[in-house]
Amino acid sequence: MIQYAAIFLFALGFYGLFVNKNIIKLIVSLNVMEIGLFLFIISIGFVSDGIAPIVSSVDDLGLIYVDPIPQALVLTAIVIGVGTTALGLALSKNIFDTYHTLELDELEAIQ
Amino acid sequence: MKKFFGLIVAFAFGLMIILALRNMSGFPAYGDVNLAERISGSYFQSAIAELVGSANIVTSVVLGFRAFDTLGEVTVLFVSSLGVALILDFKHKKRMELAFKPNFMLKTASYILVSIILVVSFYMILHGHLSPGGGFPGGAMIASSVLLLYLADDQFRSKIQGFKILESAAGSLIVVIGLVGLVIGTAYFENFLNTGVIGNLLSAGIIPIIYVLIGLKVGSEIASVIDQFLTEEEKS
Repeated sequence: MIQYAAIFLFALGFYGLFVNKNIIKLIVSLNVMEIGLFLFIISIGFVSDGIAPIVSSVDDLGLIYVDPIPQALVLTAIVIGVGTTALGLALSKNIFDTYHTLELDELEAIQ
Repeated sequence: MKKFFGLIVAFAFGLMIILALRNMSGFPAYGDVNLAERISGSYFQSAIAELVGSANIVTSVVLGFRAFDTLGEVTVLFVSSLGVALILDFKHKKRMELAFKPNFMLKTASYILVSIILVVSFYMILHGHLSPGGGFPGGAMIASSVLLLYLADDQFRSKIQGFKILESAAGSLIVVIGLVGLVIGTAYFENFLNTGVIGNLLSAGIIPIIYVLIGLKVGSEIASVIDQFLTEEEKS
């Protein structure tokens, strides 16, 4: 069921991208979409009663582990999300310094 | 009107994803996954047969089986910090002034807290192959200590040149270690050191070395991004 919650978060971010006119709010919507996607990828690898995939040398107890590959992929994706967010915020800071507004409507009116 | 239209589109989008995933054979129900059918099952086999030597399987995927992928990811982070520097950098910069004046108590307490944060982050980076954590969250913690100093001390200004040297040295060393694997062994990023016993601090060959370098690189990159955001052009 948690997969539907993740898809809901993704759709919520998509809706935010549609209706918002503020650049900061657009970046926040992108981040909400991203978090939905991370939850979805993590939920794909979940095994019932599974524990974190950390083995030991005396491991013969028949422990159940969750799938490590989605976790590794999300680890990669989080860092890239930080990078894109930083780049977008830097661009919006420059826009604010030049035009003194972050609303897309007012930016169009200036042009 | 536009909001209503956006709501319809977002709802249809979500519904489309759910309908496409229902009753699909390649998409099992939540928690109902058979690892033996997936490629991860073979990763557990090779970890137990001590081919990798890293107790944390996520780390062995990130730096062992998919190390080339991680190199690309580190490059993406480097390019984005370079882009932030390109957009926000000026010739004469001063640090942004705080709206309040930090007192002596706040400064001293934050320096104590920064030392604790740094110790924990280095612990996390060093034990990346044994426990949850590793280079990426540890690097983010190093950057968070720099942010704390910026907020709590109005005289603090990080040496951005030092971060640049640290970052480029760590990045080059990662590539050089990968190339050594290519020369000695058969593949780029091959684990050419002795993998040792699973669970020891000195095990898993080159994986902890690369994770320490990645931690330093990520920490210095995010710290330089924070520095770019918290400085502004000096108006003369």
